[in-house]
Formats: sequence, structure tokens, C-alpha cells
Amino acid sequence: MKILVCISHVPDTTSKINFTENNSEFDTNGVQYVINPYDEFALARAMWFKEKQGASITVITVGNASTESSLRKSLAIGADTAIRINSEAPDGFYVAKQLAEVAKKENFDLILTGRESIDYNGAMVPGMLATLLDCNFVNACVGAEIENTTATVSKEIDGGTETLTAELPLVLAAQKGLVEEKDLRIPNMRGIMMARKKPLTVVEPIDFATTTVAKSFEKPAEKSACKLVDSSDIDTLIDLLHNEAKVI
Amino acid sequence: MSVLVFAEASEGKFKKIALEAISYGKKVADQLDTQLVALTINADNATELSNYGAQKIIKITNDSLNSFNAKITASIIKQVTIKENAQVVIVDSSSNGLYLAPILAINLDAGLASNVIELPTSTSPFVVKRKAFSNKAFNNTEIKTDVKVIGLAKNSFGIFENNTTAIEEDFSPEIINSTVKSVSVAKASGKVAIADADIVVSGGRGLKGPENWGMIEELAETLGAATACSKPVSDLGWRPHGEHVGQTGKPVAANLYIAIGISGAIQHLAGINASKVKVVINTDPEAPFFKAADYGIVGDAFEVVPQLIKKLHEFKAQNS
Repeated sequence: MKILVCISHVPDTTSKINFTENNSEFDTNGVQYVINPYDEFALARAMWFKEKQGASITVITVGNASTESSLRKSLAIGADTAIRINSEAPDGFYVAKQLAEVAKKENFDLILTGRESIDYNGAMVPGMLATLLDCNFVNACVGAEIENTTATVSKEIDGGTETLTAELPLVLAAQKGLVEEKDLRIPNMRGIMMARKKPLTVVEPIDFATTTVAKSFEKPAEKSACKLVDSSDIDTLIDLLHNEAKVI
Repeated sequence: MSVLVFAEASEGKFKKIALEAISYGKKVADQLDTQLVALTINADNATELSNYGAQKIIKITNDSLNSFNAKITASIIKQVTIKENAQVVIVDSSSNGLYLAPILAINLDAGLASNVIELPTSTSPFVVKRKAFSNKAFNNTEIKTDVKVIGLAKNSFGIFENNTTAIEEDFSPEIINSTVKSVSVAKASGKVAIADADIVVSGGRGLKGPENWGMIEELAETLGAATACSKPVSDLGWRPHGEHVGQTGKPVAANLYIAIGISGAIQHLAGINASKVKVVINTDPEAPFFKAADYGIVGDAFEVVPQLIKKLHEFKAQNS
């Protein structure tokens, strides 16, 4: 089985979010980057398939050279090859289109992605990629097994879970629950050493018209201080929630 | 020209987010000086949508569509978009809306902006404001394509009554094939889903063990709320993964979020700070949640929560 795992290189959750260039660009100054947590679930599940039933794993990202740290980490965790599409993406459609261009040449059986990235939160790349490749897609996956060319997948729905079957080739967007916390990998020294020798290919992006453009960013207004209520005065809390906040 | 809203019916009924999408769509149609068309599939009472501004309602009735399939639904929305010459197509942020929006955008060669929280700030160029960086920032995005798809963020716009007389039309779309098949659905019965909840009551490690969740459930029941939990609680197996809210768990955009025994790690706050009003109950006055909350009680949950339940019962008795 050939698996492609799409990785997004994102600011760590604890990063300060600021903007430069008159609020038109994200300020990367002092920001730590990590593999998008949902993509880590995807990679961990890919490793599960590799170890359980045999698979080759390619990881891919769209980004500049600085994103290679996340690809190397993925190789250290156990992916076999990596591809970087050398471009800074303006939106999710651009990412999906570039990924599709590479993926369509390779005939992957399974493409795993995170449900969304924690920076732009668009949640659009997996569905767009599947549609561009004309293959099946299941969003918000919390379970996946594959037998021959059929996947049995469970997905989160509002208020529960749904079990589906889907024919390969297939794009799955990982949600928490797809793997257990203990199955998330931290690269070991041997993995890190081996990763240095694994192939990381850089390909140039294709050119096409973009569909959206991020014009500017804003930060939310500073919130007012928390109103503290004494623990013996629950009536006041109820009064505030009813008359001031109007939520009960 | 028109604005099209896909108003999803769940077991025949419209959820609040579908009515919110209609309310939003009506205002967008007004901005563009055009009419609002609503599309429904297997709704019991499609006419309800005219109370929120739908001027034309396209009704599809087909038993094969009772089980949701994103690819098939996206294809149907595309057919109606073309038929109604829609310039803007709006879907909500239910799990199904999130699933189908990117498929629809590709099918329509349309630009997609998801997590949109306000009316377009300009219609030419077409610019919308959307949430980004896990609610830590907003991004003003221009959609440049002729047809535009908007994913409306949950609980961001509100529901507005707008009584209209709507034309209703039955429509039989072409149903495409899909090799994604639903096998079974498991829903927790008798419980409020986090996605649908106006109020969410959430417990953290401060509750010391799964055996102490009785009071969380009782408080939730008193408020008609959903129950949720922090990441450590689901990782420890005290509560199911489906209840985990936060960065990698379920997002919460409720009217009221009550955090009990949750310190407020940045990952947790990232997932819940789209909620309008946040209340924290924690013994530690230094807990970071107090910085994010609107109201707080420094106190022992085991004393405060039972009191709160009792007082809420009294409040409900007086106000009913």
C-alpha cells in the first residue's frame, strides 16, 4: 500500500500571534513551528498501517525551506520519503492544487491529512484534494482499517459517530481519536540518524489563478477582566448570568 | 442572480445553525440586491425557512438521501447553484457542512472562505472576515471567483426573524454514484450534543476522578447543557474522546461555557474561546482560565457545584 501523508508546518499553540507589514503578514519572529497536531494523528495512523500490513509512506508539504524540519521529523518518526513543494501558499485551495499535482502522478492508495491546520483553520485542503483527484473522501476520521481495496472508517458526526465503507483510493482527514495518545511518536536517535539519509525531494509549484487572497489580519479586542464572585454567593453568579450576560 | 443557502434538515428538522445560515443569507442577498433561495432535502416543514427570509425554497424529497453523503449532497447543491444562477452559496458549520463545503467549492470552481463570522465588509471586491489562528485572530479574505462559497461559523451571526412569503418548488436532482457508503450511526441518546449545545458544562482534572462526574452531569441536565471535558481527562480515560474539547478536541462556540476544575491551558482555551460567555470554577486563583473567563469563582468545585445546582433549580422554579 502506498500512503501519502500531508503535513502542515504550523506555529506551536503557545505562540504569540502578531502581524507585520501593516497587519497583512503573520509575524514569524520568535515563533516555534511544529507538525500540525491533526497531521501527527494522520502520520501515526500511517505508521500503524505500515507496521500492521506493510506500506510505504511519503510525507509532503507546501512551504519554503524552513518547513523541512517538520518533514525531517516525519522521516525520523518512520516515513520513507519526503517531498517539499517549494512555495508559500496563499490559501487552502492553492495547497490542495499543488498537492494534487504531485499526488496524481504517484497513484497513492491512501492519502492521510489532518482535519484542519491550527493556523488558518480552513479545514478545506482534504476535501479539495480528494475532489481534485476524483477519489473518495471521509472527513473527521476517528477510526480506519483497510482490507484489500475497501476501507472501513468511522467518522465523527454531530452527537455521535458514523461507520462507513469507502473504496480506495481514499483521502482521510484525521480527527482526534484516530490514534491513541500513546501511539503518537517521538523520534528516537536511530530514527533521527536514519532520517538524514532518506530522500527529501524539492519540486517547484505549478502556476494557476488563486481563488482567495488574505488581505489583512486583526486581533480580537482585549477582553474585560474576569468578574469574581464569592464562592458563598452563588445567587450573584446566577443573577449576572441571567441579567447581565443573558445566557440563562 | 441569487444567494443560495443549503439549509440542512436533521431527521426532518432544521437545527439552529441552519436558521442562522438562512438569517445570514437574507442579509447577504439584501447587500447584493438579490433574492435568497434556500435548498432543503427531506425537510418536514420547509416553509419554516420563510420566517427567516427565504424568498424561494427548493425542496428535494428522496428517501435515498436520508443518509448524508457529502459528495452526493455537494453535487446536488451544485445543480441548484447553476439552476438558480447563485452568485454566493452559504453552508453552515455542522459536521456535514464542514464535510461538503470544500467538495462543493471545487465542483463550482469557486473560492471558499470558511469560519466566516460577519456579513461581507464589501461586496466588490467581495471580502469576508473569518476566524483564524484558533480564534486568536481574524483574517479578512477576498474571494475572487465569480461564484463564492461561504462557510458560516457556528453561533457567530445569530437568528433573525424576517417573515417572507416564499415560493416553494419541488426539484428532482440527478443523484450521482458514490462508493462511500454509510453502514451505521451511533448517537448518544438523551444527551445534548456539544455541537448543538447553547450551554456546555466542562470538567477537568480538578474533579479528581471519573466517579465525580455525577455532579457535572446533573449541572448539565439542570441547564439543558452538553457535558465536555479537558484533554487530560479524556487521555486518562475518565471520559470518552468525543467529550474532549480544546485545540485537538471538539471546538466549542456555545453561548455559555462553564469550566470546572480546568486550569485553562492555552490548548484548551484555543478550542473554547469562541464561546460567548465563559465561567470558571477553580480552587487556584492563579489558574490561567481566570484570565480568559468573564465570570469566576475561586472555590472548591465539590462545594460550589452542588450549591449551583440547587440555586439553579430555585431560579428555574421562579422563572418558569
